[in-house]
Amino acid sequence: MKSEQGRWLHEHYEFSLVELCELSGLSEEELRGLADCGAIAPADPGARDWTFGADLLVVARSASRLRRDFDLDPQGLAVAVALLERVRDLEEEVRDLRARIPGGVL
Amino acid sequence: MSSRATGSFSNPRAGLVKADAVRSRVRRYNAVKMKYKDYYEIMGVERTAGPDDIKRAYRKLARKYHPDVSKEPDAEERFKEIGEAYETLKDPQKRAAYDRLGSHRPGEEFRPPPGWDAQFGEGQFHPGDGQFSFEDLDLSDLLSGIMGGRRGAGPGGKLRVPGQDYEVTAHISLEEAYRGTEVDLDLQVPEHDERGFPRRVQRSFKARIPRGATDGQRLRLAGKGGKGANGGRDGDLYLNIALRPHRLFRVSGHDLFLDLPLAPWEAVLGTTIEVPTLGGSVQLKVPPGTRAGQQLRLAGRGLPKPHSGEGDLFAIVQVAVPGAVGERERALYQELAGISTFNPRGHFAQEA
Repeated sequence: MKSEQGRWLHEHYEFSLVELCELSGLSEEELRGLADCGAIAPADPGARDWTFGADLLVVARSASRLRRDFDLDPQGLAVAVALLERVRDLEEEVRDLRARIPGGVL
Repeated sequence: MSSRATGSFSNPRAGLVKADAVRSRVRRYNAVKMKYKDYYEIMGVERTAGPDDIKRAYRKLARKYHPDVSKEPDAEERFKEIGEAYETLKDPQKRAAYDRLGSHRPGEEFRPPPGWDAQFGEGQFHPGDGQFSFEDLDLSDLLSGIMGGRRGAGPGGKLRVPGQDYEVTAHISLEEAYRGTEVDLDLQVPEHDERGFPRRVQRSFKARIPRGATDGQRLRLAGKGGKGANGGRDGDLYLNIALRPHRLFRVSGHDLFLDLPLAPWEAVLGTTIEVPTLGGSVQLKVPPGTRAGQQLRLAGRGLPKPHSGEGDLFAIVQVAVPGAVGERERALYQELAGISTFNPRGHFAQEA
């Protein structure tokens, strides 16, 4: 059986705004709204055509699901996405601190 | 060596779909029967509940079980059930069709009454006429299909519909992440045939997980999700990496942490010791006067990163003491205690 090769979603390659919309299910307007309030930051906000780190696809898909399942308005969505990102950052910090504890917690 | 991926998949456009990535290969023929799900019980509402009650119940349950916000262990599966129940109960036509199926025990096998679909929508289902069987369906497929739920996907449909995205978690070992691996994916996925009838099909393939994986990282396999309809693009498959706990190494990003026990004299005098790494053992020089809790860094001995470079391995020193000592050893320790001027608690007096 042939083996399928995937690509990591990491910050070293980028999606265009149109690609990120298509892959996440967000509309351009919704994505621009999230970018305007800093919830999803383009690689270069000053650029004419925005691009986004591929790792942000995870955030954009999560935003798309939240918008759909909770029927959120743009402001509410931006707050939810920003708070979830903060939770993810803190979880990462906790994981890092646990890994450093001798005799550690897995 | 390959691993088997298990987990759930979801679609940002079409809601959560059935989670069983790995199912029994053997499915008994069981035409025109399917398992009943009690959508009212799932939503925790009476069969007579009004639209507002149903909406309220959905919001409450969604807040508790939405996989993006919930920490409940079964959140994904529960939310899939809740979403499926709400999709049907919020839509008066679907709810009427569901109610006409009668009330059964959850999980009870049942068959829709004859002519059940005749009064609803496009009536795409023809159980028993040889064109279609329920063998590959579950209740949600039935209800979405009977109402022409997949807009434009039926015969003559024009609207381009993108395929569903699937999300699967692959549990792999640290060694597999280090060198890259392959996982066997066995997905039961909903699809539509060329006439627009929904069905569930088994798709099996191998996916290569290249070097560079770490916990929580995602791999995108473009076009390996559900088939698009009417020229819509195929969905994608997202593989979430979950690392199994390792007996020696703890992981943070691409860095690894290892407890390094040293004998008291090794810590005092310094030594060179053999330390395990994922790429094989290496010699590590421990400088004299090494203290417990210090981290000795082995650069580039962590997990490879997907773009370039590697994480580091940190050996965290612990000074280990023997539980019991022989007579000669005890005598030497006593001699040491007598001549040593070392006071590990000297700062107590200064700080107190």
